[in-house]
Amino acid sequence: MASLARLAGRSEQEVMTFMTIPSTISGGPSIFQVRIGSGEVLSAGDQADMLLAFYDHSYKAHLSSLKPGGIVIYDADHLKAEDIPAENLGKYRHVGVAISSLTVEAIGGTGRDKGKNVFALGLLAKMFDLNVPKLTKLLTERFAGKDPKVAETALNAFNAGYNYQLATAPELFQFNPGENVGLSQVVMSGNEALAYGLIAAGVRFGAGYPITPWSDIMELLRRELPKYGGMFQQCEDEIASISMAIGASWGGRVAVTGSSGPGISLKTEALGWAVMAEMPLIVVDVQRGGPSTGMPTNIEQSDLNIACFGGHGDSPRVVIGTSSVEDCFYSAIEAVNIARKYSTPVVLLTDQGIATRIEAFKEPDLQKVMQDISPDLTPVTDHKPYDLSAPDGITRHLAPGTRIASGKYPVVTGLEHDELGHPTGSPKLHVQMVAKRRNKLKKLASELPVPTVYGPAEGQILLVSWGSAKGPVQEAVKVARAAGHAISSVHVKYVHPLPPGLEDIFAGFRHVFVVELNDEGFAGIGQMGALIRSHIPDAKIRGITKTDGLTWKVQEIIDRALQMAK
Amino acid sequence: MSESAILNLVSQRGPNTNTAPVAPLLDADRKPLTKKEVSADHPTWCPGCGDFAVLALYFKLIERRKMHHEKITTVAGIGCSSRFPYFVQAHGAHFIHGRALPFASGVSLSRPDLHVCVFGGDGDAFSIGGNHFTHTARKNIKLTYVVMDNSVYGLTKNQTSPTSPIGFKSKTDIWGSKDRPINPIKQAIAAGATFVARTSATNPNHVLAMMEAAMDHDGFSFIQCLSECVEFYPGAFDAATPRKGGVFNEVPKDHDVSDEYAAYKLADTAWPGLFGVYYKTQRPTKNANEQAIIQDLQGKTAGLEPWQILKKNFDRMK
Repeated sequence: MASLARLAGRSEQEVMTFMTIPSTISGGPSIFQVRIGSGEVLSAGDQADMLLAFYDHSYKAHLSSLKPGGIVIYDADHLKAEDIPAENLGKYRHVGVAISSLTVEAIGGTGRDKGKNVFALGLLAKMFDLNVPKLTKLLTERFAGKDPKVAETALNAFNAGYNYQLATAPELFQFNPGENVGLSQVVMSGNEALAYGLIAAGVRFGAGYPITPWSDIMELLRRELPKYGGMFQQCEDEIASISMAIGASWGGRVAVTGSSGPGISLKTEALGWAVMAEMPLIVVDVQRGGPSTGMPTNIEQSDLNIACFGGHGDSPRVVIGTSSVEDCFYSAIEAVNIARKYSTPVVLLTDQGIATRIEAFKEPDLQKVMQDISPDLTPVTDHKPYDLSAPDGITRHLAPGTRIASGKYPVVTGLEHDELGHPTGSPKLHVQMVAKRRNKLKKLASELPVPTVYGPAEGQILLVSWGSAKGPVQEAVKVARAAGHAISSVHVKYVHPLPPGLEDIFAGFRHVFVVELNDEGFAGIGQMGALIRSHIPDAKIRGITKTDGLTWKVQEIIDRALQMAK
Repeated sequence: MSESAILNLVSQRGPNTNTAPVAPLLDADRKPLTKKEVSADHPTWCPGCGDFAVLALYFKLIERRKMHHEKITTVAGIGCSSRFPYFVQAHGAHFIHGRALPFASGVSLSRPDLHVCVFGGDGDAFSIGGNHFTHTARKNIKLTYVVMDNSVYGLTKNQTSPTSPIGFKSKTDIWGSKDRPINPIKQAIAAGATFVARTSATNPNHVLAMMEAAMDHDGFSFIQCLSECVEFYPGAFDAATPRKGGVFNEVPKDHDVSDEYAAYKLADTAWPGLFGVYYKTQRPTKNANEQAIIQDLQGKTAGLEPWQILKKNFDRMK
């Protein structure tokens, strides 16, 4: 089905996929949702137009996600027509196709499971009048490098599906021409976009430990970085991986580590060191359901607190949330540049939903975005890493190997230190250094762009989103406004520190609801809600939260917002 | 979202660096660094601590090897001995407890032009950092690791360490320790270290000889250096100190250092054991293996700019 997404990308259409994989090694239902549109696609969609069910259990489990009058195509070899309840027949249009046996007929007895998907793709291509030359080209590319027989078999299965005469065929569908005419689009997952963004930003060293759903990023960087003269190390544990990345950052070029859930917990001590030593570092957190091992393959935004505050002591760092696949690419570059400019660790908070879903977006101008951040080892006259009198108050390190003519060399340390990094027990210096670490990020906050309101700047309800809630929230605004409700939204990309201007934006609305995928906690407000409240202590700021491990449905957001505003 | 939102690429050099041009120095014009030039803070160690000797010998090594100031890279974790980088006038890093090795590995792998020296204690190396010791050794990451073993936690004031002998009385083992101590030499050999040596801070010439041999080794070089804690475990190593009535027995001259089993057996010699190089073998370093992968893949993309390499990937995702 990923081929469908890729086709939509090539056809200048908007596309979004959503994959559900059980956290078991084998078995359990896998679901792959695809939403394709000629206009803007902001979320994975509340209800499906069509369900393709290969098995009896998938039919039963997912029929309710189909909209009334929707079409269900089922494998008649696995689900008998007589077993379908009469009430279902009245509600949805059923099309039974003996997918399994027809696939076997077309391609023989081997590779049946894979063939079934491709056969079904052929069926869909016919129904939706998809671009067949483009699809067959995609299939050929998909199996390139393998035995040519594999591609041949796939094409046979596709053609069998395409040429199958749907006896009870519903009408054919047709997409309007896409809006992204003339744009070259790329199609990839959020994890891929984030990893390629890091490469474009100039990152050449990373270290990590396997954990779902972060591992894809690690595997991609391991495979790709050597082409650029870099490397990615799989370490013995999470602590080693952040330590190694920090070591490489000190070596002169900001490095990356990352993880999900439990792995982030393990990294926090070393992250605190990077804050104290003011070392640039990128930490990717692909959030999943927590706490502890939690729900490894479900979506949650419950790592915001650990990203912002994890670790002991006062340890300010930067946290950025990613809101779409395209945003993963550019946020990675931005994170690297912030890490370098402010000499700080930056946590990139993405989540399981964005990590695995596939979207099409405008191909970046790679020549323009590719950065060279090689270490600068030119000798200097003198250097103080923690210079308290530096006009911008920001630390910048010299990499080992840089000659300092004064003969005074710095130490980077987790102990409270003086301007050269040597330990001090001076209360005065601790006060000054704590303030220095805080103030440089306040300076960053003041330089961040003021978020823009989606919809009118005044109204009844303002929905606040961060991370992956952006799409569903904006779609909720669209739908609710069409129904006459005065709802707008604002997306907060920079989570920590917060951008300027939020208070003024909030002033235009009677209610402010922070929409996020985590628990309301003891205070009845989610993690981002609480963070915003700590800056803007206004009781009209409340939370819309949930913890079912699924992405937001548009109607769910609207219903809850309207209910709370009553 | 578009490229316009990206912050501009910033320079590495900030106002905290005086970048006034520096006269170039030819290697030939550079004199060996004196002890004065290479020493920084006065050590915080107790008078009589064995670590002073190790520091002095590191200075000696730097002088002898005519190492340039900027190339000296000293890394440590947490513990008394781990304060080391503050006392050396050079680029140094004082990292968190137990994690000096992975930090140093990050430097070593990303900066092949530097030889990283890591200093630490027995708690840092074999207790909290035990996992990293094993994996840094087996991966054969090019760096030198000197563990100043005093068999007690000194900085936290007298608790049992992983190398404290059975019967050792500390604040956490007031009846005497019952746990079998780690044998660092056996640990290192079993983990796959390619250079394993043992020395004692009371024998300066021997320490220096071991350090020089470790520096010459292309791979993970490990030195266990007995270093007495005069405050919490005085007399711990008297049995190995001739002037205290002990014997400093060296590894037999006919020992084959490439024989892993023989080395392992020697490491079981009764207390105070033997001193010298136990094991030394040549195996490709992680550093070399990674460079080979880089060369291989770069050969396939020769002549392409980085953005063109990325473009090739993006073209496949259309």
